[in-house]
Amino acid sequence: MNTEQGSLINSNSITFECETGNYHTFCPISCVAWLYQKIEDSFFLVIGTKTCGYFLQNALGVMIFAEPRYAMAELEEADISAHLNDYMELKRLCTLIKKDRNPSVIFWIGTCTTEIIKMDLEGIAPKLENELGVPIIVARANGLDYAFTQGEDTVLAALAQTFGTKSTISEDNSSTPNLIIFGSVPNTVVYELSNELKTYGIDVKGWLPAKRYTEFPTLNERDFVCGVNPYLSRTATTLMRRRKCQLIGAPFPIGPDGTKAWVEKICSVYNVPTPGLNDREEKAWKSLEPYLQVLRGKSVFFMGDNLLEISLARFFIRCGMSVYEIGIPYLDKRYQGGELALLEKTCQEMGTFLPVIVEKPDNYNQLNRIKDLHPDLVITGMAHANPLEARGINTKWSVEFTFSQIHGFTNAKNILDLICKPLQRQTTFKELGWKNYHTLV
Amino acid sequence: MKLAYWMYAGPAHIGTLRIATSFRKVHAIMHAPLGDDYFNVMRSMLERKRDFTPVTASVVDRHVLARGSQEKVIQNIKRKDKEEQPDLVLLTPTCTSSILQEDLQNFVNRASQDAKADVLLADVNHYRVNELQAADRTLEQVVRFYLEKAEKDGSIQTEKTKNPSVNILGPCNLGFHVHHDIAELKRLFKDLSITVNTIIPEGASVEELKKLPQAWFNIVPYREVGLLSAQLLEKKYNMPFVATTPIGIVETANFIRQIQTLLKQLGFAADFEKYIDLQTRFVSQSAWFSRSIDCQNLAGKTAVVFGDATHTVAITKILSQEMGVRVLVAGTYCKPEETWFREEVSKYCEDILITDDHNLVGDMIAKLEPSAIFGTQMERHIGKRLNIPCGVISAPVHIQNFPLSYRPFIGYEGSNQIADLIYNSFTLGMEDHLLEIFGGHDTKDISSSTLSNENIWDVEAESELKRIPGFVRGKIKRNVEKFAKTNNLSTITLDVMYACKEAGDM
Repeated sequence: MNTEQGSLINSNSITFECETGNYHTFCPISCVAWLYQKIEDSFFLVIGTKTCGYFLQNALGVMIFAEPRYAMAELEEADISAHLNDYMELKRLCTLIKKDRNPSVIFWIGTCTTEIIKMDLEGIAPKLENELGVPIIVARANGLDYAFTQGEDTVLAALAQTFGTKSTISEDNSSTPNLIIFGSVPNTVVYELSNELKTYGIDVKGWLPAKRYTEFPTLNERDFVCGVNPYLSRTATTLMRRRKCQLIGAPFPIGPDGTKAWVEKICSVYNVPTPGLNDREEKAWKSLEPYLQVLRGKSVFFMGDNLLEISLARFFIRCGMSVYEIGIPYLDKRYQGGELALLEKTCQEMGTFLPVIVEKPDNYNQLNRIKDLHPDLVITGMAHANPLEARGINTKWSVEFTFSQIHGFTNAKNILDLICKPLQRQTTFKELGWKNYHTLV
Repeated sequence: MKLAYWMYAGPAHIGTLRIATSFRKVHAIMHAPLGDDYFNVMRSMLERKRDFTPVTASVVDRHVLARGSQEKVIQNIKRKDKEEQPDLVLLTPTCTSSILQEDLQNFVNRASQDAKADVLLADVNHYRVNELQAADRTLEQVVRFYLEKAEKDGSIQTEKTKNPSVNILGPCNLGFHVHHDIAELKRLFKDLSITVNTIIPEGASVEELKKLPQAWFNIVPYREVGLLSAQLLEKKYNMPFVATTPIGIVETANFIRQIQTLLKQLGFAADFEKYIDLQTRFVSQSAWFSRSIDCQNLAGKTAVVFGDATHTVAITKILSQEMGVRVLVAGTYCKPEETWFREEVSKYCEDILITDDHNLVGDMIAKLEPSAIFGTQMERHIGKRLNIPCGVISAPVHIQNFPLSYRPFIGYEGSNQIADLIYNSFTLGMEDHLLEIFGGHDTKDISSSTLSNENIWDVEAESELKRIPGFVRGKIKRNVEKFAKTNNLSTITLDVMYACKEAGDM
């Protein structure tokens, strides 16, 4: 079995750049949208202003009408000027939430405003937790510090500090440490990825987060932890430093190549061989062939907004595409180390140039580069998608990658489905001569 | 603190941005944290704009918290000045920046020394005004600034046009059917031989503001935005204005008559009576519809109306005086308009509700059980839950309320559109009701089970199946069962589902 990875050193390695940070992305509080669905017995209270509420309401669209288990604690002028007591106000609202919804846990999502007025959420939470008898977990998912998916990171990092602390020393100490996987993915993906590992005799002890707060796994020192999402660096750090776990740094299970590398890395840690894994990957690629025919030779530009960019770029390059630029809000080179190495290796093997990785991109500059490069596909936020399309440039909304099932062998086709759509529909436009919609002729 | 799941009107900066981006060559710079530029998404998605939204954020991050924005805002203003060469840069504070209490005015002063563009700080308090009030104020602020500027450099054009002319104040982007309304207003004024002098802010350049006083009078088609500017122009240049909304046959006639009176006072002999009569009886179908047998069926039916002040008032009047529908409650979330609102609708409804709490609206509707609701997207969803049909008549709205086809609410064509909307809401409700009485569509249950009796779903698989969204569940269930059957599997477990999915059969 070939388990060596990423040790090849290449003289023309990836270039890293950093721009002004003037880019469009979702506010990290958007993580409540998928986390409240994932953790079924939770309630998310976003403590912020009308601006936060307006964003959630519009970004999450119809979800808001489905009696979601999240709400705003909308701060009013009296809260800002400290005429009202934070503790009393939060107690009032949380009592109401407990009465109406009876959740097993309440998450407080701190926002820019609570940061600026220095509301002591971490201080108030334990007191209120005792009074109400409901665990309260505080996550500071604000736009001062984080972008979009990093919101999940702040929530999981907060959870990582506290969950499953009860000791399980009674179990035989001699056995190998448990494996806990972190990252919020739909339950079918949990099942699928756990199954991949089970094939090689590795039992996943638990997932962070699990379906219910009350089902969170216990965690012991020296347990192995491994991430499935590229934006969970704080969670990883917390698990290592606070909980003394051992992090398995692997590429992320996105695309058949990523999934294989992920499984392989975990198996190598447990010293188990992975017979049939190559065939598994091979089979997955074969089923993707119709998509690959569309994608080969096409170029992509990532404007960057959700931190999935590097894994996706690596997968797309393996699909035969070339990537000009990977914009990304924030890059933790250690946490994404495995992924970066695989990206380099993939570029070499596919004989394509190494992309530039631009941290904190500047959208304005990027638009100029896009104008020059004229890529076949730009992966971007919704603010730029329509204007780019009007200029004859194919786009895919980056947000859809966050809300689709993209992990594991079988979901790779979901990802390609997303990017093939804009590329394929264009063929008819070309015949019709429909292009450049932004200027009058 | 207020526990809130939903809000009708957005935060103040949205109003400011709506005004800024409605003008041509105006760039807004938001003093805001990362992620607060969600306005760009809304404008690009809802209005399907082809151009990049001229809004940039001067990002407030940890460094700004520690050291203040210092040069950052000024640099950003200067940068946009060079890159985009706008006529005006509007610095827009957000809720975050307003508690930082930085001296943004000072930044504006400093930036405007170097910038070619004019630079203004939007003067709105985030914790006191909402989106609509902020839009009203920002428009007035921009108008005032350019009038004063033109007065100073002597370029102001106060001489009236030869023929009667009008300014349309207030229409801006992301408004409910605004573009169609503008087209309808233009048509109406063309019919009346009144020249449209300017429309602000939608599609206007700030250069045009200095010719505002040329017009004979102003109109404010929507109560919420534009009134302050009209009052300013009245005070400064003695320009009369009409603030009646021409929605519905009666109110459109009322609107035209007010203009007629106005023109007469200004010494112009206008007689629009014949036009009104012709339009009412033959061009618009709505007055005839009111008399027709169809509409007789609506007589005495009950409705609840809720939305912004302008549209709720207009629709309530149409329902009550033109269609004979009993309006049980007319309500609005525009609290600042309460006095005006009560005065306008009290004659046409049985009760009035002023609130911005959607729960109150929902409870009220559930209690009254009207035959139809006319409201915002929120009321539409309330209606769905209660099985009451709903016509959407006011923002906040989804993308389907930015139709491609011509759908004005204003004027004579607007009255046709509204009549259709009202009639369709009621008949659909009636149809539903009849279907229920006569046992529903006979295709209703077909999808649920054809093969299912032979297969047993285990508990895990079944609970997984329940999680699959309802609209595809039936299909997936059938496919998995078919898969199990072909593979001779009697029990369906998660593994079977997974295998089915992998085989691409799900």
